[in-house]
Amino acid sequence: MKAYSLTQAYLYLLQRDLTLCFRNRAEFANPLLFFILVITLFPLAIGAEPVLLSRIAPGIIWVAALLAAMLSLDSIFRSDFDDGSLEQLLLSAHPMPVLVLAKVTAHWLVTGLPLLFLSPLLALMLGMPSEALGTLLLTILIGTPILSLIGSIGVALTVGLAKGGIILSLLILPLYVPVLIFASSAIEGAAGGLDVSAQLYMLLSFFFLALSLSPLATASALKMSMS
Amino acid sequence: MSKAALLKIDNLTCIRDDRVLFEHLSLSLYSGQMLIVEGQNGSGKTSLLRILTGLKMADEGHIFWHQNAIAEHNSDYHERVTYVGHHDGVKRDLTCLENLRLVQAMGNPSTVDPDNALEQVNLYRYGNTLVSNLSAGQRRRLALARLIVTEADLWILDEPYTSLDKVSMALFQSIFEAHLKRGGIIVMTSHHDIEMPTVNLIRLDLSA
Amino acid sequence: MFLWFHKWGSPPHFYRIAGKWIPWLTGIFLLLLLAGLYGGLVLAPPDYQQGDSYRIIFIHVPAAWMSLLIYIIMAFCGIIIIVWRMKLAEVVLISSASIGASFTFLALATGSIWGKPMWGTWWVWDARLTSELILLFLYLGVIGLYNAIDDKRIAAKAVAILAIVGVVNIPIIHYSVEWWSSLHQGPTITKFDKPSIHWSMLIPLLLMALAFQVYYVLTLFQSCRGELLKRERNSKWVAELSEGNDV
Repeated sequence: MKAYSLTQAYLYLLQRDLTLCFRNRAEFANPLLFFILVITLFPLAIGAEPVLLSRIAPGIIWVAALLAAMLSLDSIFRSDFDDGSLEQLLLSAHPMPVLVLAKVTAHWLVTGLPLLFLSPLLALMLGMPSEALGTLLLTILIGTPILSLIGSIGVALTVGLAKGGIILSLLILPLYVPVLIFASSAIEGAAGGLDVSAQLYMLLSFFFLALSLSPLATASALKMSMS
Repeated sequence: MSKAALLKIDNLTCIRDDRVLFEHLSLSLYSGQMLIVEGQNGSGKTSLLRILTGLKMADEGHIFWHQNAIAEHNSDYHERVTYVGHHDGVKRDLTCLENLRLVQAMGNPSTVDPDNALEQVNLYRYGNTLVSNLSAGQRRRLALARLIVTEADLWILDEPYTSLDKVSMALFQSIFEAHLKRGGIIVMTSHHDIEMPTVNLIRLDLSA
Repeated sequence: MFLWFHKWGSPPHFYRIAGKWIPWLTGIFLLLLLAGLYGGLVLAPPDYQQGDSYRIIFIHVPAAWMSLLIYIIMAFCGIIIIVWRMKLAEVVLISSASIGASFTFLALATGSIWGKPMWGTWWVWDARLTSELILLFLYLGVIGLYNAIDDKRIAAKAVAILAIVGVVNIPIIHYSVEWWSSLHQGPTITKFDKPSIHWSMLIPLLLMALAFQVYYVLTLFQSCRGELLKRERNSKWVAELSEGNDV
């Protein structure tokens, strides 16, 4: 039988991960609920003054997105590590970075993409001006894949550890800083009616940088974790 | 023997937490041979097998497959190797068929289709059953079915008989024999006494 | 060249040479430190704006330089670990991490103390202080990851990857924070900006930087020696050492 091409292998693994997520729907809904919940906490903590809320809305949404991503990251490799599928993937004849990319894509489709639908709703609840909505969506679209890509490096480094969760946030959150800065400033700028293409281009370049480098780092970190 | 060794272990040393598990281990395996690694718990059987797969780095020494160091020809080597480890490596939330199809997509698929493979390991009726509903022995058989759906020369098996009953053990014994007859190689560890009189068998005791 | 590299990479050789260098380095460090402090605290004139309180830069600026330099050294070690699997690089990397974190902390603390008379508050979200804070987190991440993994050879490989990922990100983080700060605070009078520094201040500053570098090598040697003994405790040369023989 003919061996599967690299694209086929990528798609097959992606499909497998999506099937698994679908069969564990409840588990994967948690980070999304967490995202909504964190955002709900802010008005309760600092008061529901509309001017203040609408001013800090971009920051709140992005901090919540970061935390929700953190919470969901562990699921990229955890179950594969526990049941031995990960070592089988490492022994695959296909290059590991491509397989990693398939898993990261699945993670983003399940945890990042839904934010695209949730965030406009929450933005309206926080009173964000409607001119900023388009920019908000763009930053989520470009920014959340970066979170999955960079996060996968951290998970790969800590997947062998029993208590990887706490150390993971220490490893990953500092690396998220640039995304946080440019994404929230883009939304804030758009709300003020400014041109925000500079921020968006920066995000886009971060995305391409993460896309090209992080699967390599993740693959070698996984090899290290399995040895 | 005029044939060249397929798998050559050269001066291998493995140290774990300051303890030397084995050192200066050299060995050649030829087509049709089976290596049984024996030893007490913690004597380094699993470590040796993981080094042979290339998952783990030896502290010293090299492994050659057709005269090529596996560290440098990783993906060529992995096309020719199928490994069944301690963990079954099957997803609990996928069906048996889905699991085997994935194995084929990731590796070097053989001409045997997954349906047929399930039949060979007596899991035919379970094709569309989720793995989480299978017993431990059935899961082990599914894991071993990976050997049938891939086209590999070298089988590396870590305790393949775990949780298998007598009938299944005999079944896999005959599958192993057929593989060796085709010219393949098997490296395995086992707590069970293995009697395969027709097979060119080498024993390696790591606790010695 | 390769031989030299190889020889230095051998743990017993490094242990011996480092031990011989330590007294000399201590002497050089003390000389440089005294000269730098004398030049900075006594000879250099007070600043026309900041008076005497600016003198903390003789600690703050070299510490901030060191914090960055050490991270870059760690990333180099990381590359050596991944490509050549050299044991000594592992030891240097992990010993550097705690020294680097200390320098980063020193830079943060002195920056904050300096901020009190300048800005009237202990902490401002100045671009450089903020990047320094994030750098501290990166250091703590390296130390935390290393301690979390039991098998120290695997741990060293893990932090090697992390250090390389970190060093790619440091410039990005740095410029992001700088950009963020310019956006939110407008053109602040940044006290760290020194377009033209008088030579009477520059010389002590460079002396202090040199002193800090020597101090880094000194503590690195000491810490590496300890770490090597711990790791190689079962090897022949350590056994000979503990029996009182010179290696």
